[in-house]
Amino acid sequence: MFFSASNLTGGYGGVNIIEDCSFNVNRGEIVSILGPNGAGKSTAMKAMLGILDLKNGNVVLDGKDITKLKTQERIKLGISFVPQIKNIFTELTVKENLEMGAFLNDTNLSKRLEEMYDLFPIIKEKKDQFAGELSGGQRQQVAIARALMTEPNVLMLDEPTAGVSPVIMTELFEHILNIKKQNIAILMVEQNARQALEISDRGYILVTGKNAYEGKGDYLLNDKEIRKAFLGG
Amino acid sequence: MDFLNSIILLTNFIIVPGITYGSQLALGAIGVTLIYGVLRFANFAYGDLMAFGTMIVILVTWILQSKGITFGLLPTALLALPVGILLTIAVSLFFDKTVFEYYRNKKSDPVTFIVVSLGIMFVLNAVVRIIIGPNDINFMDGHKFIMKAREFKQMTGLNEGLALKSTQVITLITTIITCSILFYFLNKTKTGKSMRAYSNNEDLALLSGIDPKKIVLLTWIIVSILATVAGTLYGLDKSFKPFTYFNNLLPIFAATIVGGIGNPLGAFYGGFLIAFSEIGLTYAYKKFFKYIMPEGLEPSTLIQFISTDYKFAISFAILIVVLIFRPNGIFKGKVI
Amino acid sequence: MIKNSDFKICFSVMTVLTILVGLFQSWGIALSMLNLCLISAVMAMGVNIQWGFAGLINFGVMGFLAIGGLATVLISVPPVPEAWSAGGIGILVSGLFLLAVVLSVLIINKRFPNHKYKNYFIFVIIILSIPLLKFIAGPSISKIESINAATSGFLGGANLPIIFSWFVGAILCALVAFVVGKVCLGLRSDYLAISTLLVSGIIITIVKHEEWLSRGVKNVIGLKRPVPYEVDLQNSEWFIKIVEFLNSSKLSKVLDFDERTSLLNQLVISSSGVFVKLCFSLIFLAVVLIILYFFEKALNSPWGRMMRAIRDNEEAAKAMGKNVVKQHLFIFMLGSAIIGFAGAMLVTYDGLFTPSSYQPLRYTFLIWVMVLLGGTGNNYGAILGGFVVWFIWIQSAPFALLVINIFTNHLDETNYIREHLVNSVPYFRYLMMGLGLLLVMRYRPKGLLPEKIIKN
Repeated sequence: MFFSASNLTGGYGGVNIIEDCSFNVNRGEIVSILGPNGAGKSTAMKAMLGILDLKNGNVVLDGKDITKLKTQERIKLGISFVPQIKNIFTELTVKENLEMGAFLNDTNLSKRLEEMYDLFPIIKEKKDQFAGELSGGQRQQVAIARALMTEPNVLMLDEPTAGVSPVIMTELFEHILNIKKQNIAILMVEQNARQALEISDRGYILVTGKNAYEGKGDYLLNDKEIRKAFLGG
Repeated sequence: MDFLNSIILLTNFIIVPGITYGSQLALGAIGVTLIYGVLRFANFAYGDLMAFGTMIVILVTWILQSKGITFGLLPTALLALPVGILLTIAVSLFFDKTVFEYYRNKKSDPVTFIVVSLGIMFVLNAVVRIIIGPNDINFMDGHKFIMKAREFKQMTGLNEGLALKSTQVITLITTIITCSILFYFLNKTKTGKSMRAYSNNEDLALLSGIDPKKIVLLTWIIVSILATVAGTLYGLDKSFKPFTYFNNLLPIFAATIVGGIGNPLGAFYGGFLIAFSEIGLTYAYKKFFKYIMPEGLEPSTLIQFISTDYKFAISFAILIVVLIFRPNGIFKGKVI
Repeated sequence: MIKNSDFKICFSVMTVLTILVGLFQSWGIALSMLNLCLISAVMAMGVNIQWGFAGLINFGVMGFLAIGGLATVLISVPPVPEAWSAGGIGILVSGLFLLAVVLSVLIINKRFPNHKYKNYFIFVIIILSIPLLKFIAGPSISKIESINAATSGFLGGANLPIIFSWFVGAILCALVAFVVGKVCLGLRSDYLAISTLLVSGIIITIVKHEEWLSRGVKNVIGLKRPVPYEVDLQNSEWFIKIVEFLNSSKLSKVLDFDERTSLLNQLVISSSGVFVKLCFSLIFLAVVLIILYFFEKALNSPWGRMMRAIRDNEEAAKAMGKNVVKQHLFIFMLGSAIIGFAGAMLVTYDGLFTPSSYQPLRYTFLIWVMVLLGGTGNNYGAILGGFVVWFIWIQSAPFALLVINIFTNHLDETNYIREHLVNSVPYFRYLMMGLGLLLVMRYRPKGLLPEKIIKN
């Protein structure tokens, strides 16, 4: 597996939010982490990024153990993250947002910018506007594009469709499918479980901080018990 | 003729001093706003940092003068400025390392930072007074006037004179140069943009690989440059007195908040707004109205909105008005 | 209260410091220090109730102290009838006008709380009222100020015992705090700090420049006292007897009658000074204890617990239906009143009102250092802070001189650096304060006597 986390245990102030969680994702694969509110999905993602102190478990990227590395060092290795909130620089222009994405490596900045403009046509149109002036769906696109500017191997998305309309959600998922084609490993946390599973290769379902189910997207979608419990029938 | 006289009168007593004072406040306010934007606290030691930088400039000026080195028509202080800037940067970085860094790593609340900045304010206050004393110092040399009021009168034949001190022109030019470089840096260079990004969204800046230590370092460097330049210009134009520098903190804070905290361009405009309000509202317009009103209708009182003593009240009033009507400052958007 | 260990620490430090200074310097100096420590303790308690118990940053301490000081003038000085007859009516009229403006603003604010143009309307009223006020008051002011400008030139006061002024100062401060609080208390903590600092600047400008009110920079000297005068003591039979009795062993050693009389005379003179200070000390101590008693009682009451709840989590307190704004305004007024009380005490003790002596470093930030160093949120901490900081403030100059002399001993008396340093001795106290504050914030962020967490 290209990017894997195993037996993660950790939390805030002595209370474990996640216990013995394991995830992995390969290049060119979309993997969703699903589960009810408070199950520890975002915390799990933070643990993989190194924002959370772990009591146990390890994180491996491309065969290299990165458990001890700081967040910024993991980013340098090609892990990119789109937070759920505050995921753009509202007071910078859209183009500047992308440039900040390429802060660590701007050798072929203009080429990357063009690629992003192709991937997200709306960004090209709004490139000189302040990102804070955009609509919710456009902001999410800027946020994802910023994360892609680093030329990452792994893209982690924390609820990319939170708070957008169903139409925009479909559009965003289409973009994510397009990104998959670039041979990037995509790991995302989602609330809209069913729609997420439809585009995912695999999925994990977390319950109270533990791995409850895992499997291929269509398997999880078609399992009666899981559907009843987590996907709203 | 009377109309021209009235215009010259206002230019001489409001516009020229307003631009000069406004420039000084603007430079100071940009410094405060940068600290606010990047380091996220109101630095009460800033006035004393300005005093410290100016003190170094004065000391170096004296050394240069004693060696017989001057800057021709320009004040020697401009030659001494780089030394002042360097030492002020050193002091800022010293306090950052020994004091602020600890609280930054602990992620203390802004109030703790304010309190700590009070401690530094006391220390700098003492250092300046111990080294150079609490008294008024005039360190302006070189050519004093570009144009004297009398010369202007002779030249134009008008009743009103227009005096132009060289410090006023130096202030304006220095401000234009400093601000152009600064705004170019912030808006056009990668490092400048990353500073704005860090100020706008710290967490995301970290996720983008921006190094917070570099940003903090850079901020202190820029802030120290601005503080020393603003302090020196103010001292050249008026005079150097440590207590005045502390008091200048108040209009500078007002300018910062009026311009929207963390917004350098806003702080720039805020400085001019405060300066012109202060000067415009404390000026006695009696003579002005004498020129423009028809004969027999001249005012008998001074026509002064508020006495010069109450200039703090103007900063305060503007501050409160802005905070009530537009809590985010009048120039919203772009936090540095 | 006596069982409280903080109480013991506080008052034993105070006693020890006073005795030490008394033994090593003199009892007069010791008592002056004690008195200023006690006044500082009152100031610190005022700031502490705002900051420590409600989390409000008030950087306008200096302003409220000056209002308290002004109260002593307005209450105790005899009125100047000529000035009153010359401009009294004008001043009263403009006072009424000012009251009308304030009331109309308050009424507009209350009647139309959500009107679109409310704030603009208030703004216009205030802008128009300033020139109008000047127009109404201006002629009277210049008349008043021209009457005996050198010795009087102001309206004078009410000629009442000065002790009333302490309460009047407190009430005036509460009123000013009400207006300031109405405008500023909704602001973020850092804005509040800056606004209050500006307000104090404005207040100082008023007492400095409105000569008809306070004589401004011309100062008011020879204020009344709540305690006897030295001269009266020196001439009173009972006082001489007491001094004679207290020093009987010393006196009995001197055999010669004339010598004994002159020694007794000297003793009476020096004792009278000490006695006066002792009287002040007793009054101030009583004030400190009374305020301490009520504050401790209040803070351990349900109200005090609510205040701490608001401070620690404003949102939660709001959600629980507590009127945070109202409580903040009340505590801001209360704290400012205590500060004003202390301001009046200070001027009473000094016996003169000098508006130009009010400087933010000494009268605002030093008080803050007391609170932060002593212990935020703990009344005993504030008192201890008042003592320790004032002690350092007073003693740092001689201490610095000693250090300078040790380090520059090898230099000549007239050496430039040595001379310069010796001349700068007064400023070393700022250095001590700054370093003290930085060290405490770093290594004992809750202060010397931290807040006791009361669990129910």
